[in-house]
Amino acid sequence: MSTLFEQLGGAAAVEAAVDSFYRKVLVDDRVSHFFDGVDMDRQRDKQKAFLTMAFGGPHNYTGKDMRVGHAHLVARGLNDSHVDAIIELLGATLRELGVSEDLIGQVAAIAESTRNDVLGR
Amino acid sequence: MGFVDFEGRRYERRDGESVLDALLRCGVEVSHSCKAGSCGACMMRATGGAVPEKAQAGLKDTWKARGYFLSCACTPDGDLAVATAEADTQTPARVVDLELVSGDVMRVRLRCEGEFDFRAGQYLTLRTAAGVARSYSIASLPEDGVVELHVRLLAGGRMSEWLRSEARAGDGVAVQGPAGDCFYLPGDVEQPLLLAGTGTGLAPLYGIVRDALRSGHRGPVRLFHGALRVEGLYLREELRRLAALHENFEYVAAVLAGEGPDVEVGEMDGVILRRIPDLKGWRGYVCGDPPLVQKLKKKLFLSGMAMRDIHADAFLPPAA
Ligand SMILES: Cc1cc2nc3c(=O)[nH]c(=O)nc-3n(C[C@H](O)[C@H](O)[C@H](O)COP(=O)(O)OP(=O)(O)OC[C@H]3O[C@@H](n4cnc5c(N)ncnc54)[C@H](O)[C@@H]3O)c2cc1C
Ligand code: FES
Repeated sequence: MSTLFEQLGGAAAVEAAVDSFYRKVLVDDRVSHFFDGVDMDRQRDKQKAFLTMAFGGPHNYTGKDMRVGHAHLVARGLNDSHVDAIIELLGATLRELGVSEDLIGQVAAIAESTRNDVLGR
Repeated sequence: MGFVDFEGRRYERRDGESVLDALLRCGVEVSHSCKAGSCGACMMRATGGAVPEKAQAGLKDTWKARGYFLSCACTPDGDLAVATAEADTQTPARVVDLELVSGDVMRVRLRCEGEFDFRAGQYLTLRTAAGVARSYSIASLPEDGVVELHVRLLAGGRMSEWLRSEARAGDGVAVQGPAGDCFYLPGDVEQPLLLAGTGTGLAPLYGIVRDALRSGHRGPVRLFHGALRVEGLYLREELRRLAALHENFEYVAAVLAGEGPDVEVGEMDGVILRRIPDLKGWRGYVCGDPPLVQKLKKKLFLSGMAMRDIHADAFLPPAA
């Protein structure tokens, strides 16, 4: 039985998804202001790391990393509605790439599992 | 806390402090500029102790092997003994000529008196005899035989004032580097190329355009040069000539205010996207003023250019 990451297409799928996902985030009024003024190359690398994790791929994030990494955003008002928006944009990206609803659901569940850490709860 | 040994003395380095910051805090003069690990001005050589990998990122392998590292990016775990980067990382050069090509842009041409390999569009660190070190992008091709830089003269700027008032043809300087990945990549001669910059951001773009055309690039090559006003545009004749010679090359000049023959008026991103609304499949080069570079990168990306196809050099001023 292949893993979720393999079913999605592995690193190549992350590469295929990252620009499209990042564009959606940058133009979505609900979340785009969190990305103003940040270095785009570094941000793209972070998006890749996030997608790799959400796709069930190898990663070495811990809950503590998530908390530390998002604390400055929580201080700027990051809340549940923004996490909802990100998960929605992630789903839309995968749908465009022709990924099945079943796999999209599994990716959303992984992203969902980080919600409390991201929001520092 | 740790220690840095330098020229027979021991200096305290606080936790989290870079070797450069520790030495500067202790009153030691170390040349530096970006403080971000990119310009190379702060290079030193380790003679004892372990240098973290990050402090050698981007250096030539031969330099790494000899212990050279960037002191601004070096926060070692233990103590470190260091020396100044001797002359072998620098290439001596002489000023060939200095010419004002617009109100505040000086074309500086240098002749290297030693080996200096570069690609047009990369940047080097220019060092004066007095030790001022700044980054400049290279507008010429290796076969030109000279290294051409375009420097915007800033009132009160250290390098700017030296160039404006003191420098003469024949003066000795040194160049170090080069660095940066803004250069023409042969390989896909059909890929459309977009180059955009304001002010002296034209320097690397001019080099890249000439490199691409000389390499037989066949896809469209579109250069957008912006300035506040018409007087800020320069190299207009050269660029028009190049456009007349190469069917696939187009040169567009844009200004924010005023008007002139063959000049578009408006913000750079608007001027570009009016002409090329969909940038999917294009390769882009963006150089110059940091806020403009940041904005253009975003606009090009949102208009379909892939991130990995966007090459950018922001002309960051030296860190305080
Ligand atoms: C990768 C890279 C490539 C570069 N390429 C070029 C190039 O091709 N051509 C070029 O002209 N410059 C280029 N620069 C900028 C250049 O390195 C110097 O920062 C610039 O020439 C000023 O040096 P200076 O010694 O004259 O002024 P400094 O003595 O360093 O500064 C004098 C004063 O001017 C301020 N200042 C510095 N820069 C600016 C600015 N852009 N606008 C307004 N105020 C400023 C400083 O904060 C300071 O108060 C590049 C920078 C980088 C990092
Ligand atoms: S690389 Fe250290 S100051 Fe620029």
